[in-house]
Order: sequence, then C-alpha cells, then structure tokens
Amino acid sequence: MAYPEDFKYTKEHEWLKPDGGNATIGITTYAQESLGDIVFVDLPKPGAEISAGKTFGSVESVKAVSDLYAPASGTVTEVNPDLSTHPEKINSDAHGAWMLKIKLKDSGELNALLSAADYEKFVSEEGGH
Amino acid sequence: MIAFSVCCSAAQPLPSDRGPFLPPVETTPAIRKTTLNAVHRKLGAKMVDFNGWEMPVEYSGIIAEHTAVRTAVGIFDVSHMGDIRVAGEQALAAIQHISMNDASRLAIGQAQYSAMLYPQGTFVDDIIVHRLGEQEYLIVINAGTREKDFQWVRDNTRQFDCVVENLSDEFTQVAIQGPRGVDVLQKLTDADLSAVKFYWVTRATVCGLKNILIARTGYTGEDGFEIYIPSDEETSARVWGEVLDAGREFGILPCGLGARNTLRLESKLPLYGHEISDTINVWEAGLDRFCKMEKPEFVGRQALEQTKAASLKRTLVGLVMVERGIARDGYRILNSSNQHIGYVTSGSYAPFLKKNIALAYVPLEHSAVGTEVLVEIRNQGVKAQVVSTPFYKRPKKA
Repeated sequence: MAYPEDFKYTKEHEWLKPDGGNATIGITTYAQESLGDIVFVDLPKPGAEISAGKTFGSVESVKAVSDLYAPASGTVTEVNPDLSTHPEKINSDAHGAWMLKIKLKDSGELNALLSAADYEKFVSEEGGH
Repeated sequence: MIAFSVCCSAAQPLPSDRGPFLPPVETTPAIRKTTLNAVHRKLGAKMVDFNGWEMPVEYSGIIAEHTAVRTAVGIFDVSHMGDIRVAGEQALAAIQHISMNDASRLAIGQAQYSAMLYPQGTFVDDIIVHRLGEQEYLIVINAGTREKDFQWVRDNTRQFDCVVENLSDEFTQVAIQGPRGVDVLQKLTDADLSAVKFYWVTRATVCGLKNILIARTGYTGEDGFEIYIPSDEETSARVWGEVLDAGREFGILPCGLGARNTLRLESKLPLYGHEISDTINVWEAGLDRFCKMEKPEFVGRQALEQTKAASLKRTLVGLVMVERGIARDGYRILNSSNQHIGYVTSGSYAPFLKKNIALAYVPLEHSAVGTEVLVEIRNQGVKAQVVSTPFYKRPKKA
C-alpha cells in the first residue's frame, strides 16, 4: 500500500499532512483495514485544543472501538463534515478522508513523527504478529 | 488508536482500551484451531482468539457478510461448538434432569433450544438438544464452555443408565445460513430438504459423504442448516469448497464471528457470558418459554420456583440509541439523574437495521417499551430508548 511521502505518521496509525503552520489529520490505510467497516466517528469541535499524544476522539468499526491520538498539538480549525454521516469514506480512502484541520502550536513536534518509509516498515513488522 | 475490543470474545465486560494494536487476547493455554484454519487463512480472513479458539472474525467485511445472510446466504465454520452424545435406556431421563426444556416432547429427528442450569437457577450454558434415535440425543454446546459442559453432563447423569460421550472433536460443523441456504445445500445432498422443518434434523448423503447429520438450525435469526461432517482436514476443506461453489449463483459469502455476532444480536439470541451466565437466572434473561416448570424435576427448578415468587429485580431489554453513539458490551446504563442502574450485555451497529442497538440489564421499573435511559459512553450519558425485541424478525415465507 502506498503511504504519501508528504505525510507524517504515528505509531498509533494517524497521519498528519503539514501545510505551513497548519496541518490535516486522519488515520492510515493500515488502521482502517485493521478496524474493518467503520460506522462511527467522534471528533472534537472547531476551537477545541488537542495535544500531541493525547486522545482527541474515537473511531468505531462494527466490532471495535479505538481512541484517536493527536499526532501534534494545536487548535482545531475545521472538522470533516462528511464523516458523521458517511464514516465509511475512511474505509474507501483513508488518506483522503481527513478528520481534522488544526493550527499547529509548535511545528517542532513534527520532528518526532515517522516518515512514510519508517511507518511502512513499522506496520510491516507489526502486521507480522 | 485501535483498541481492539472484539464484539464477541470474552465473558467479562470488555476493556475499552487495550492500547495500540495489541493482539486481541492473551492466549493461555495453547490456542486451538479448527480443521478449516488453513482454508480461512487462504481466503484472507482476519483471525482472532475466541474463547481459546483461533477463528475467522471477518473475510470481506462484517457488513457485507451480515447482509449476505439476511438477503441471500452465508457459510460459517462453527466447528468450535461442542457436541455431547447421550444414549441408552435412561437417556431421556438424564436429559430431562439436566435440561430446562421438555425433551419428552421431541420426536425422533426433532431438536429444541434449551439450557442447563446450576441448582441456583443460573446458566451452565444454553444448548440445543437433538433427538437422533429412540434413546439417543445430541447436545450442542458453546465453544467457551465445552470442557465445563461435558463435565457437568457427565457428573449430573451418573445416576442414569446411559452413555455420555464427548464428540466435539469428531465433527467439522459448518453452518449454511440465509434464505437461499436451502437452495445451496439442496444441490449437494440427496435429502429432500423441503421435508426438513425448522429445528428438525435428518441424515443423508452430503458432498458424496454418507449418513451426514443435517440440522435445520442456526444462530443468525434466518432459515439455515448446520451440517456435521468428519473432522479431517481434507474432507472439511473439500466440503467447504463445494458449498462455496454451489452457493456462488446465490451470492454466498464466507462469514466470520463478527457477522455471526451482529446477526444473533439483531435477532436477540443470547450469547453465553453476555446475556446469560452463571450469575443470571432464567427469568432475568427472559427465556421463560424454554423453561418447562410443569416438569416435576430438573436441576435449577427449585430455585427458579422461589425466585419467581420473589419479585424480579432486573430484566433484559432491547435498546436503540436515540443520540449519536454506539453502546458496547459492559457499558453502564444510567437513569436521568446519572445514577448507575444497569449494564449493556451486547451492543453494536446493526448492519441490516442500520441502527445502533444493544441488549442490557435494567431494573424492572426502567424496562417498559418507550422508556428513555442513558448509556454511558466515554463518560457521557447518551440517550437510548427501550424497544420491543427481537430487533429483527425474519419475514414469514409467502
């Protein structure tokens, strides 16, 4: 599977696409495949603060509930309006079906995230369990 | 993310967070596999630990699999279920002693849903009793309770003149479920399936194998069959493949435990460790109609007579979420003043009904249809309403 080179990744399977002082956040293809059919997404509202490594919401498939962890700290500026009615869009296009746009608090935090190549290596090892 | 709280696994309330991508469940002792394990892997199934068994949880996706069973047909490996044969002069008396339903009503070839109870009227397990011959019965039991159940049957039938055998490892059990299940199986057997009514069994040739037990039973709320074939790998794989081939024209899908759980939940079929357990009694679970108090004696009867007289404290109800959120196994039920009044036994998105549904134990005063309660989801009370059950009932044949 292809992980976009211009995205950063977490070991908790979120992606972050940096754009100057802003960023877009979602979950990876590997995450949606592991979850199966996604039926519910619980996200914060615009204006909410999220902090790196902390829970900012949850995603549920038919069989599993998963917390979402913020790849970086910041203020939510936009929430994908499609996902409350069509959460299955994450299954069909995880890297396109973004969850949040945030204004980054400290772009230095991004240095702690994984590159596409590192993330791919990480999931291939994890998938081998 | 990805706290893998699998729908249908543990007997305990599920932890809401197991950390990133932990393997679903610790496996002690060694995990067991059915003879179809390699076949599931080849089909690309996601495998999980279910009560010590490595089982497919889904192949193409739970929603697609669930829909196939409601509208066409699906095939399940249910070989992890256990089978106990009770035969001999006093087989009926033995069954009557350990089973709450009335096995004396069974004709040869007929089956009935029942349960085995502890003396206090709570559940050892729910079972299906099949009468195979004049003095021969087959009890089908759950995977997670196989050893416990066998010991229970053996220990509690010693006083009767009968043989008790654990046949659990003798069979690969395959379920063919859904409105087109009959069409699929009819292509593979010489039995006239139209003559086999729901909850009846027959023996016939299936896929060239002689004298195969065919039961018109299942755990999906649909019409369907369960077949018991010899448990060698080659035969099991061949029969599985032939059923899939025969079902292709009807849109058959291999289905995992995920769909099995959502299907049984929509139909309000109980799952051991969830709706029934060793701390829940028959009245609470609402299984009165399978419990024949007119029988003079069975294990648990006396306690049930006493608890019936005392007033019932809690009862199993169906809930539909009114506000956004999915109730999950183990979540707490709150009243309008946020007091803890009950808990969810099973909860999920319901793929056919396209609603978020749950089964829950609540006090009687909160059990009337239409009553509003709150489900505590991530520390928030989310509105749900008591509805009549089952949530889904299969359409009657025209």
